[in-house]
Amino acid sequence: MPVKESFTPKIVAFCCNWCSYAGADLAGSSRLSYPADVKIIRVPCSCRVNPMFLLRAFQKGADGVILCGCHPGDCHYSTGNYYARRRMTLLFSMLSYLGIEKERTRVEWVSAAEGARFASVMNDFVGTVQKLGPCRRLEDVRCKE
Amino acid sequence: MKKLEKDRLSAFLQQIGEEMPLFVPVQKEEGAVFTRWSPEVTPQLGAVRTVRSPKDLFFPQCEALYTLKTEQGKLQIAPQKRAEEPFAVFGMRGCDARALQVLDQVFLTEPVDTFYKARRENGVLLTLACRRPDTACFCTVFQNDPADPLGDVCLVEGDTCFFLMAKTEKGQAFLDRFASFLTPCEEPDENACRKEQANIRAIAARLPLRDLSLEGWGPGQTDARFSDPRWDTLSKNCLGCGTCTFVCPVCQCYDLHDYDTGHGVIHYRCWDSCMYEDFTRMSAGNNRPTRMQRYRQRFMHKLVYGPENNNGMYGCVGCGRCVVKCPSSLHIVQVLRKMRKEEEHAKL
Amino acid sequence: MQRIKETLTHWLQSGQVDRVLGWKEGDMPGLREPAFFENAEELKSLCYDAFCGPNLSKFLIAAGEKDGVTAVVLKPCDSYSLNELIRENRVQRDRVKILAVPCEGNIDPRVFENRGVLSVSIEGDQLHLTTLYGEENEPLARCFLERCTVCRGGRHAVYDELLCPEAEETPQKGDRFEAVRELEEKSEEERYAFWQETFSRCIRCNACRNACPACNCRECVFDGAALDSRQKAAAVPFEESLFHIVRAYHVTGRCTDCGECSRVCPSHIPLHLLNRKMILDINTLYGPYQAGDSDKGRSPLTDYTPDDCEPNQGKGA
Repeated sequence: MPVKESFTPKIVAFCCNWCSYAGADLAGSSRLSYPADVKIIRVPCSCRVNPMFLLRAFQKGADGVILCGCHPGDCHYSTGNYYARRRMTLLFSMLSYLGIEKERTRVEWVSAAEGARFASVMNDFVGTVQKLGPCRRLEDVRCKE
Repeated sequence: MKKLEKDRLSAFLQQIGEEMPLFVPVQKEEGAVFTRWSPEVTPQLGAVRTVRSPKDLFFPQCEALYTLKTEQGKLQIAPQKRAEEPFAVFGMRGCDARALQVLDQVFLTEPVDTFYKARRENGVLLTLACRRPDTACFCTVFQNDPADPLGDVCLVEGDTCFFLMAKTEKGQAFLDRFASFLTPCEEPDENACRKEQANIRAIAARLPLRDLSLEGWGPGQTDARFSDPRWDTLSKNCLGCGTCTFVCPVCQCYDLHDYDTGHGVIHYRCWDSCMYEDFTRMSAGNNRPTRMQRYRQRFMHKLVYGPENNNGMYGCVGCGRCVVKCPSSLHIVQVLRKMRKEEEHAKL
Repeated sequence: MQRIKETLTHWLQSGQVDRVLGWKEGDMPGLREPAFFENAEELKSLCYDAFCGPNLSKFLIAAGEKDGVTAVVLKPCDSYSLNELIRENRVQRDRVKILAVPCEGNIDPRVFENRGVLSVSIEGDQLHLTTLYGEENEPLARCFLERCTVCRGGRHAVYDELLCPEAEETPQKGDRFEAVRELEEKSEEERYAFWQETFSRCIRCNACRNACPACNCRECVFDGAALDSRQKAAAVPFEESLFHIVRAYHVTGRCTDCGECSRVCPSHIPLHLLNRKMILDINTLYGPYQAGDSDKGRSPLTDYTPDDCEPNQGKGA
């Protein structure tokens, strides 16, 4: 599948309310730039993210999905991100086993103070997904224009 | 009657396949499956039963009916195109062809299902007599003749050739179109064909399920059967999966859904199963909240309501798919036998 | 066989149990059906042999809604399923009485398909089939369900009475993860092609879900109208993948690898390859874990350690 140079991936970023969302906020107020195609969905905790959310994002046209939460040990609810970590480890492993490009999914821990890190994580992730091209293996053809 | 030498079969199929979409049973990992013909596929004509029936080709498991879009603030409705191209199904069995007749009763009476109708009009059925019926077959119980299947063209396999008989005008036109592959039958050929058919009927007469009785079923039995306490016992180990309904060549219940694509709506239908908890669920809840009620519904529909509404045609053709596929071995044979056996028992 | 019936009859007659869950002969040769027996007379039709494939554990969830105690006959792998249900509080331990029976493997009913089988019997190392078209033999070793070719051994995870204590020591056979590893070693493209072909056979009958003892949600996300997740048919390949990912994922850490999903699939989809991938990952990443081994404790997905590996570096990544 030839990839047009102008391809801008659609990225869904699930961000925990307490750290990563605040990190994104800080990135914004610090005037750091990251691609506008990253759509942030605020969740109360990274462990709120049901695997179905990720799959649904791909179905509705996302080319990459990233989950951001507090650093392990820093969860606002003490342990939520530890559970999320295991869940996503196994889910990503299964997706890769099914032949879906592993680079399309990622978990990053971003604290409220890490505005710069948030921007660089997003830039890096968008770059990676851009190289992969549009998501074909987890797409729902009906949702394509 | 015409005949087709076996060594010309692949050329015959190739010619059909090049002129129109052709579906033939092909052996795959899961069993024989009706597959679109291509030069690479080898038809599997030995398996009497495909995993799924060719019902899909006329009433697909999932199909869009229309799509909705807004363009410049106006709602646009785009109906799905009906089938227009002729196609052929080769190697279908008599039971599955009969199942289509049952579906015709449902879909071709008013209000006519135009999607189904278009496919029925365009599809040519080339059915094959069952040289080796399986133990789970009981098509004769529902007045099928495995030696002389329904369809547009019926084929009987001989030792070196197939005997072809047109059963409808459509079938005759089809045979005329591909006449170059066929040779006329002489007296000895007709005898050979009759002998093959007699063999098949002899096997059918030995099938263990041939003597299932439909006594006590059929039109007018609703009251007697509905409140039978034995439904409780029978349904006890049903898992509530939809295997029986989805492999059944007759089951025709479907559900309608709207799918939001983000830039429009696809209105589609898909097969439904009365075994599912949300079957015909309405805002007020489900009509059949218990598994027993759902289980009863399936068999009452096939054996009582169905014949009542469709000129006596039962909703079962005896293909035996549910018999071999049910994970709990709770199938129509069991219902017919249990309800019968205990009746006899009660008389004694 | 005789001892099974005697024990169960005794349990029934002495009032220790109110009903028995076992198998009886089905209407077709070589197929057995799950059945409840309420008295000694009915128990006469109970049978147990290599054709008793169905795992009876899941029926105990529904049986638990009735009064009294249900006796159940369990093969070794089925006992793990039941123990897991007990751990999840889906079955109350004191409401079941378990007779543990040894198992030498179950015959795969696929062997009989389209062959006109009138009767089957096991004779030595051969499966003997009397068909409408003559007598046939199949080497027995080739007739077992996949799960039995990689049997985990004869141990029962939970029981009240052990019919055959010496059989508990039966060792495991083969390596059940071999096929998973083979698949893992293939390229991403090959894996994708394999699973797309495999999932495309799915007819969405939900037999894998409904037969699975671990799949016991009161309302399945695929049945509910909420979340736009209800799918009765897979309209596009995405929905096939979605269903199978979510099904396998939801039993991750709770799947005992009893093999019912693969047994019941009418399209013979090797669902165990998905389940075992998750089991293998859990074993490698979080330490060996066998669901159903114990009726206490936490499953790997409801547990953590502070130094678990990171998702981006997980085994698959």
